Amino acid sequence: MNSTESLPVYDSSKRGIAALEELREIIKYRNLLFQMVRRDVVTRYKRSILGIAWTMLNPLMTTLILAIVFSQVFGAEEEYAVYVLSGLMPWTFFSQTTSASIVGLLWGGSLIHRIFMPRTVFAVSAIGTGLVNFLLSLVPLFFLILITGINLTWSVFLTPIAILFLAMFSLGVGLFLSSVAIRFADIADMYQIILTAWFYLSPIIYKEEYIPEQFNWIVKLNPMFYLINFFRAFVYDGRFPSIEEYLITGGIASISLLFGWIFFSRRADEFAYRI
Amino acid sequence: MNSPTGFDMNQPDVTAAAQLPEMPFAAKVTRTGEHPDAISFEKVGVCYRTPNERIVTFKEYAIRWLQGKVRHREVWALHDVHLHIKRGETFGLIGRNGAGKSTLLKLIARVLRPTTGRVIVRGKIAPLLEFGAGFHPELTGRENVYLNGAMLGFSRREMDEKFDRIVEFAELWDFIDSPIRTYSSGMTARLGFAVATDIQPDILLVDEVLSVGDEAFQRKSAARMHEFRDGGATVLMVSHNMAVIQEMCHRVAWLDHGALMAAGSPSEIIQAYRDSQE
Repeated sequence: MNSTESLPVYDSSKRGIAALEELREIIKYRNLLFQMVRRDVVTRYKRSILGIAWTMLNPLMTTLILAIVFSQVFGAEEEYAVYVLSGLMPWTFFSQTTSASIVGLLWGGSLIHRIFMPRTVFAVSAIGTGLVNFLLSLVPLFFLILITGINLTWSVFLTPIAILFLAMFSLGVGLFLSSVAIRFADIADMYQIILTAWFYLSPIIYKEEYIPEQFNWIVKLNPMFYLINFFRAFVYDGRFPSIEEYLITGGIASISLLFGWIFFSRRADEFAYRI
Repeated sequence: MNSPTGFDMNQPDVTAAAQLPEMPFAAKVTRTGEHPDAISFEKVGVCYRTPNERIVTFKEYAIRWLQGKVRHREVWALHDVHLHIKRGETFGLIGRNGAGKSTLLKLIARVLRPTTGRVIVRGKIAPLLEFGAGFHPELTGRENVYLNGAMLGFSRREMDEKFDRIVEFAELWDFIDSPIRTYSSGMTARLGFAVATDIQPDILLVDEVLSVGDEAFQRKSAARMHEFRDGGATVLMVSHNMAVIQEMCHRVAWLDHGALMAAGSPSEIIQAYRDSQE
């Protein structure tokens, strides 16, 4: 029976729902996911002396600079350092993973029109790499929390929920953007400009209460506003979020992921002749 | 039913056989009577919609779209191709550039889907197309072997099992833990070829490139190709080199502007193709 088992049959007319097939394939190719995350993590540190420590020092340094500058401007207190870092982390995760999804698919273009592989692998592995970096930067965050003496509650153990929602949202955006970027050459550059504006529209370095009233509605349109605040509930406010907050952030994450995944899978078959 | 212990062990087989009718292909393909065709094309067409003018940037597209000037036309890269390639056959594809040869290979490799018609591929495919395309220069040879294997769909355990054979064939034991950036282009290609061809595939896709590495390695890779062919693999090759096609192939198909012009014996088809060129 062995020879019949090893003979796979591909029939192009037996086509299920694109989004589900893509999901099935990515599970089948999980070793590729692992290898690609490994590649990205390993190559990032191979030629640097500080190695992995760099991922932890980098956000800490950025935070220190911001904290020093803004404590002069706003007269901010010590806690401000934790406030900045707890906003900077989700933001860095989002901007890095979505950008990496675009770069990954453009790079993989030369591969995916030669050999078959699930095309979501580039965006999903970007999320994987982002998660590794995120987990590493939790170390300096908790270091800062300890030395500034911020009081946290048991809710801190629910932080993984915030990370999950953030990853879902970023994956959806990354999938959508990369499938558009493979069609239009200028999307990648345009996105970098949008990211800069988006950074200042998000409550990362400033606090919510500094936003002038007439701009409040703009802030409320920004999905990152909810995701950052949700993460902060666990690691900065030290409170349990309300049911409403769970529903809003979970809803944003699910809609983004569903839309991005379906949008991407429906276009994925065209990639091979677009590139 | 009297059931001694030995009978219980057969139980899974019985249930598996009972499920067979639900899986039409598993039922049809048995060890003794495999389907005679490795690859079937049934009235296959590939069509893509492209803008009339080449629009590269989103800015340009948005402006054109606002002006109502975005028009698409349909391009048929393949049209109504009906072709059956038998198991164990070495099949050549000839035709001018843009005739649809690569599109045909992409359909078999599952990279493209047909717009119309049906493609059936029976067996495991090894794509022999541009070796080492997925290598990362900073990673070692060892790390790249695992990465490349994963791209071809192999699990970690399968790669552990294949690893020694791959390095042995590529003759790269001395360099396997050095970064790929320190390799010569020949060494990189050798490693890529070794990963792609480690196991006997059912179907081998060969797109032009077979000049890998130095002369000794070329002989070695050609020997492996012949080994696959003699081992019963179906080989599909695209080449502009008529001498190679004539020598290697059992049958040849000639494509022109996405249409299948003729298929048959190599000398006959090559002659017809040459006549049309004059």
